[in-house]
Amino acid sequence: MSDVNGHSPLTLVPKAEGKQTLKDFKTDQEVRWCPGCGDYAILAAVQSFLPELGLRRENITFVSGIGCSSRFPYYMNTYGFHSIHGRAPAIATGLATSRPDLSVWVVTGDGDALSIGGNHLIHALRRNVNLKILLFNNRIYGLTKGQYSPTSEAGKITKSTPMGSLDAPFNPVSLALGAEGTFVARTIDSDRKHLQSVLRAAAQHRGTALVEIYQNCNIFNDGAFDPLKDPDVRDDVTVRLEHGQPIVFGAEGQKALRRTATGAFEVVDTATVDASQIAVHDARDPDPSQAFALSRLDSPTFEHTPIGIFRDVDRPSYDELMREQVEAAVDRDGPGDLGALLGSGDTWRID
Amino acid sequence: MTKQVQQLDRVIIRFAGDSGDGMQLTGDRFTQETAAFGNDLSTFPNFPAEIRAPAGTLPGVSSFQLHFADHDILTPGDAPNVLVAMNPAALKANVGDLPRGADLIVNTDEFTKRNLAKVGYAASPVDDDSLAEFRVHALPLTSMTVGALTGYDISKKDAERAKNMFALGLLSWLYHRPTEGTLAFLERKFARKPEIMKANIAAFQAGWSYGETTEAFSVQFEIKPAEHEAGLYRNITGNVALSYGLVAAGAQSGLPVYLGSYPITPASDILHELSKHKRFGVRTFQAEDEIAAVGAALGASFGGSLGVTTTSGPGLALKAETIGLAVATELPLVVIDVQRAGPSTGLPTKTEQADLLQAMHGRNGEAPVPVIAPRSPSDCFDAALDAARIAVKYRTPVILLSDGYLANGSEPWKLPAVEDLPVIEPAFAPAHQEDFQPFARDAETLARPWAVPGTPGLEHRIGGLEKADGSGNISYDAANHEKMVRLRQAKVDGIAGDIAPLDVDDPSGAAKVLVLGWGGTFGAISAAVRRVRKSGQPIAQAHLRHLNPFPANLEQVLRSYDKVVVPEINLGQLALLLRGRFLIDVISYNRVRGLPFKAEELAGVIQDVIDSE
Repeated sequence: MSDVNGHSPLTLVPKAEGKQTLKDFKTDQEVRWCPGCGDYAILAAVQSFLPELGLRRENITFVSGIGCSSRFPYYMNTYGFHSIHGRAPAIATGLATSRPDLSVWVVTGDGDALSIGGNHLIHALRRNVNLKILLFNNRIYGLTKGQYSPTSEAGKITKSTPMGSLDAPFNPVSLALGAEGTFVARTIDSDRKHLQSVLRAAAQHRGTALVEIYQNCNIFNDGAFDPLKDPDVRDDVTVRLEHGQPIVFGAEGQKALRRTATGAFEVVDTATVDASQIAVHDARDPDPSQAFALSRLDSPTFEHTPIGIFRDVDRPSYDELMREQVEAAVDRDGPGDLGALLGSGDTWRID
Repeated sequence: MTKQVQQLDRVIIRFAGDSGDGMQLTGDRFTQETAAFGNDLSTFPNFPAEIRAPAGTLPGVSSFQLHFADHDILTPGDAPNVLVAMNPAALKANVGDLPRGADLIVNTDEFTKRNLAKVGYAASPVDDDSLAEFRVHALPLTSMTVGALTGYDISKKDAERAKNMFALGLLSWLYHRPTEGTLAFLERKFARKPEIMKANIAAFQAGWSYGETTEAFSVQFEIKPAEHEAGLYRNITGNVALSYGLVAAGAQSGLPVYLGSYPITPASDILHELSKHKRFGVRTFQAEDEIAAVGAALGASFGGSLGVTTTSGPGLALKAETIGLAVATELPLVVIDVQRAGPSTGLPTKTEQADLLQAMHGRNGEAPVPVIAPRSPSDCFDAALDAARIAVKYRTPVILLSDGYLANGSEPWKLPAVEDLPVIEPAFAPAHQEDFQPFARDAETLARPWAVPGTPGLEHRIGGLEKADGSGNISYDAANHEKMVRLRQAKVDGIAGDIAPLDVDDPSGAAKVLVLGWGGTFGAISAAVRRVRKSGQPIAQAHLRHLNPFPANLEQVLRSYDKVVVPEINLGQLALLLRGRFLIDVISYNRVRGLPFKAEELAGVIQDVIDSE
């Protein structure tokens, strides 16, 4: 949960002395994403958000895998590691569990995180390693030039699927909740305010935070999220989740969610139901069922797509527990003595 | 009754039984007693991959061979003088290795019609003359154990299970072994089950007393302690020595050790061992797979830990891409491959040396990695320290090739003095450098700076894309790529100047033939060389610790002999490297049976080459 009980992961990260600005986080490297790519907006949002945390720049590290999004670390004036396809959560796990004084961010994409790196993602989530994972989901392979991805809608016509893709897609939020991620959120590249509010909560979260960011690939999958961006319809289809608030949406708040007997959610007219029947969002519920049910509202046609923080619960992070075991071992037996270790067990002396 | 005592200079005992009979434990205890007594020794556990194969079958046979002597020895021995066979399967699987005149102790309680039939014996070989060439001691070990344990409040099954302790007691009497260590061990092991503890101790003592009183054994044997250099000793397996070497590397460098590992036979014991040493600041991370294991280790190295990953051949294959990333990012990383017989799953519990070419070349692109191999169980300690030293000093992944034989085998180890261990200097890049160049190089080592997150002023980005020399920016420049490929190669090649030259053992100076080995075959090759010399023939021997780069004097050594024999437990992988590198046509001798070489076999090979001169 965000910064409650003094469990913020940032308490061990040294603070910057002076005030920081967006400029502090820009590098001299030329940004090489396609003009119009959604990644630019996310980069700008992250760069302008980080000064808010007030952390020393050298104690922030971005780790990425392979793909368009994974170029991200080169554009951040922090430490960075552009690694190999799918493995960023594993590499970042080694870094985060050995360095509690770092704020470690993973930047990944739908192919990187959910295809080749699916295993590492779910295991990072179940362990609750202190990582902030930004999953740029554009529902297409960009860097390899336009094959379908594990989040592409079924039947998608791409270079590798001229007759349509056969795979049922992953819903990243459902997947992360299934792995019992302690912080699972979704936001959109085009809504900087919302994106930064989610980043803010993620940064303070104790353990793994997974943030799915809908990101437009204007070359290979342009307009994938248009219903959520079109000013004429976006308010009618975007369900903005706020912890503790009734789940109401629509330009005039005319729609709401009600929990059915099966535990699923249904959309109802706000005017026709009693206020008591309107679901109240509880991101802190230890049982992930409600968050999961919310994640199932997605549809390929974006009739109603929840964004915001689905789940944010408090559980000790893996790195804390690992550190505690090391400390407990030292407390119990004292710091290691190499000579004593080598001579442990049955020994004999020859004179 | 008074027994005759016969002096022996060496004995090879093999304990064999069903996987559930506790043969590894029995062998291990006998080894500890023998080590405490002061004999030199060498052990060879040999067990199936199945945890409990069907009882009484050939695939379920587990054995432990121990060679001990009053002089220094090099191998667990070719053929046992004594075989303890706990059932017909154990007899059948091992009797072929027994030389004429060997002692054979069989547990006749298990020689039932059904058990005999399971392994294809029509009649009990104990009852006919098929074992006539051995001295057979047919003993009802199980029923004697159960008989000795009446009065203990334990189940019949638990009483029967103590038969290995009865056998251990008997053998301990037969060879005059000290028993305090085993008694203390049983007290520790069964501290929470006092009745079981008492019963096991009683079974052990009953075995001892049986030896003393029975007429079945008229002779007791004595093997005097071996002459060893003065010092404090312990017995150690390769996997434990390797683990201690890694802990020592952490202590000697001041770097926290971070092990990322995924369980795999025969490397898992290193993970188990290191997980016990958290008070040294050692972190062990059991990852979701081999790739995550090496990834986490590399991530920890990026953060300034000594990143280590441990695996066996199939796992090394999975780690290849990440090792390539470590080559490209030039970060320290220790990769330990405890080799086993392949390809694929192969023979998981059997030894082989067939990952050399994988270690050398198993990555995309030009990705040179230093490769080193220990020669004996205790040498795993020094090899691990050496691997860490090279990894840290040169900012490179290093692959250490142990094997299943070294991992599980054991020998006495003279403990090194901590103050004599090498100091490893991490030499992190200092903070606040103007225009920091993450890929600038040290003029001598060609290593780049190790600038860890948290260091102000050195913020930089690394990764698998080719980097510009110096600045470390992404570079697609053709000339830069060629330069970087050659620089990375030159860095690894340059390590040849930082390792000991190859030492040649050629006491007479008259040898025309050199035997060159690497890794875990040292003991067998050395024992073979001794035999050849004993027969009056000069023969030279050298053994490679460093496979990449080779020691600087290797070519000159090879050219000093008319013929070079290279025995390997693979189909000639070092031979291929030597031929390719030096255009010297070495004579390759290869066996891949999942077992170490036998000294006698290698002596014959060497003799044949000498004779063909």
